[in-house]
Amino acid sequence: MMTPPTPVPGAAVVEEDNVDLDVALVSLNQWQLAIKRFLRHRMALIGLAMFSFIVLVAIIGPIVGPYNPIQIPGAHVQGGDAPSLAHPFGTDDAGRDVFTMIVNGAHISLAVGFFATLIAGVIGVIVGAVAGAAGGFVDNLLMRVVDVFFAIPLLFLILVAAVFFGQGSMVALIMVFGFLQWGLIARLVRAEFLSLREADFVEAARAVGVGRSRITFRHILPNALGPVIVVMTLLMASNIVLEAFVSYLNFGVAATEATWGNALSNAQPAMGDGNWWWAFFPGAAIAITVISVNFIGDGLHDALDPRSRL
Amino acid sequence: MTTPVDIKQVAVPGQRAPLGPPPAEDVLLEVRGLKTYFHVMDGTVAAVDGVDFQIKRGETLGLVGESGCGKSVTSLTIMRLIDIPPGEIVAGEIWFDGREILSMSPAEMRRVRGADMSMIFQEPMTSLNPVFTVGYQIAEAVKAHMGVSNREARDRAIEMLSLVGIPSPERRVKQYPHELSGGMRQRVMIAMALSCDPKLIIADEPTTALDVTIQAQILELIKSIQQRTGTALLLITHDLAVVAETVERIAVMYAGKIVENGTAEEVLLSPKHPYTQGLITSIPSNVARGQRLNVIKGTVPNPFRMPVGCRFEPRCPFAFATCKDFSPELRTIGENQQSACWLQYPQSELPVKNVDPAAPMPVATERVGHS
Repeated sequence: MMTPPTPVPGAAVVEEDNVDLDVALVSLNQWQLAIKRFLRHRMALIGLAMFSFIVLVAIIGPIVGPYNPIQIPGAHVQGGDAPSLAHPFGTDDAGRDVFTMIVNGAHISLAVGFFATLIAGVIGVIVGAVAGAAGGFVDNLLMRVVDVFFAIPLLFLILVAAVFFGQGSMVALIMVFGFLQWGLIARLVRAEFLSLREADFVEAARAVGVGRSRITFRHILPNALGPVIVVMTLLMASNIVLEAFVSYLNFGVAATEATWGNALSNAQPAMGDGNWWWAFFPGAAIAITVISVNFIGDGLHDALDPRSRL
Repeated sequence: MTTPVDIKQVAVPGQRAPLGPPPAEDVLLEVRGLKTYFHVMDGTVAAVDGVDFQIKRGETLGLVGESGCGKSVTSLTIMRLIDIPPGEIVAGEIWFDGREILSMSPAEMRRVRGADMSMIFQEPMTSLNPVFTVGYQIAEAVKAHMGVSNREARDRAIEMLSLVGIPSPERRVKQYPHELSGGMRQRVMIAMALSCDPKLIIADEPTTALDVTIQAQILELIKSIQQRTGTALLLITHDLAVVAETVERIAVMYAGKIVENGTAEEVLLSPKHPYTQGLITSIPSNVARGQRLNVIKGTVPNPFRMPVGCRFEPRCPFAFATCKDFSPELRTIGENQQSACWLQYPQSELPVKNVDPAAPMPVATERVGHS
């Protein structure tokens, strides 16, 4: 009934998938495959191109730009100049070049967005991994701590913390954002751990005698990182908005610094006067950055989710 | 054969009943009175409820039963891979290679797992970690137990892959699981399980997830490797055809208990337990063309409300009064065969309910048309 075609299969060469031998010469791991899928995602590539351009401008703009973003020039036109060849984005009421302000503001927005998310990510992954791997009391305790962080309105906490930890410093802002937002990542990582802990390959690793810490860090963690990277990308976008928002409320980076939020804040009294360029260009800078980051996040989601095959 | 264990003994947490004597030297694995329960929201499920069997060195045993009868839980308990809680090993002893496994520390158990006993899982598609090469995963098992260098572990991985019939193993070790077919992955799983020369391999439905042509190849591979290396094999399956081809002895499980065991020939050709008989007559090839297939009427008992007496009683065509009230123990019939069925007991040994001394003597009557 079940007699196989070859009597000694131990030595016999399996016929079943010799076909793919030539194709499979280049062996790609999961990350390489994800990159390959990402590079085939058009929206993600557009987002990546836009974002790279913004980063490039943020780095070289301040070096080559002819104007000083903060210093108020000696003579200026009251109410600012409309966009012109000399000032493509116009000038503000103090005669400062709006384009230069945006270019200089870019590095603060990006730095806050990136480093705050990095801090949240590192803490979140560690806490989530410990909770998910340990289970029981430790898990319960850590998750209740997360609950507490979620129970307090984030914005209120950020405003209070910004005042408390030296208002006006970019580093303080990064710390506050990072330390208040890790809960989201921790929950995600924990949930991934809980489901991966039951995965067949984890049980198989236990069955060959692999130790507990090795299973946690070598087998489970790399498999849990995909969704974390996606969420961190989206968190970075939201942190850029949040930074602008907090600066707009004058609780962020010192008002004397050129940031997108500060530029918007300065523009507020002029909005009704038809000086649209004060507010429009900083606002557009924020929107374009956030959209490009979200495109990248979308592409990463499709590339890292094993269920979506492109 | 097996030492009788007081079924009523209840394990106090942290304090186990004193161990019985170790089994004979030629017995590799002996399971005595094993009970694994799961405490879940709705109550307690007695997934394994008093299981006894043994495997001699180099012997092959097939553990057969339908889904949910406790065969996989039995194997996971032997590997100590049951999550506690919700699981609990309520009673029993597992003697493996002269040592009692349930009283080992987790660290001791980790040294046994993978080295002296290893396992082949049902789902080759999900049992390999997608982020590592197959070579890495085999080498990991080797390094965990043999204390060898990375290079030696890798060489061993290549050697194992060629042992399980994977062509160009030097290249395959560098590949990731998603680059291999299901049959290939199961070969890798087998290579992993064999990599430390275990004394016992537990194969839990190793061919269920594979398509039929590959099933035969994998079974033949397991069989030929078992014969070559002389390891003992515990093959868990619901497929009687699979055991008939592969093992020397068969144990049949129903609702958490072993109901019959014996040599493959005895169990398949002269089954003594009505459940085993039902299983064998339900094999489609036993039915002539155009006829309805034979089935065992009824369904498995609700795990939360197991019958007090014999668990097969509600479905058994031969059930009589005793079966309803008393649970039969395994009783040796003939040379090696055992069956847990009151039909195998002489009438004088049948237990009688004390409350009603006027009850008529139990008579084996056939119940036809029972559902």
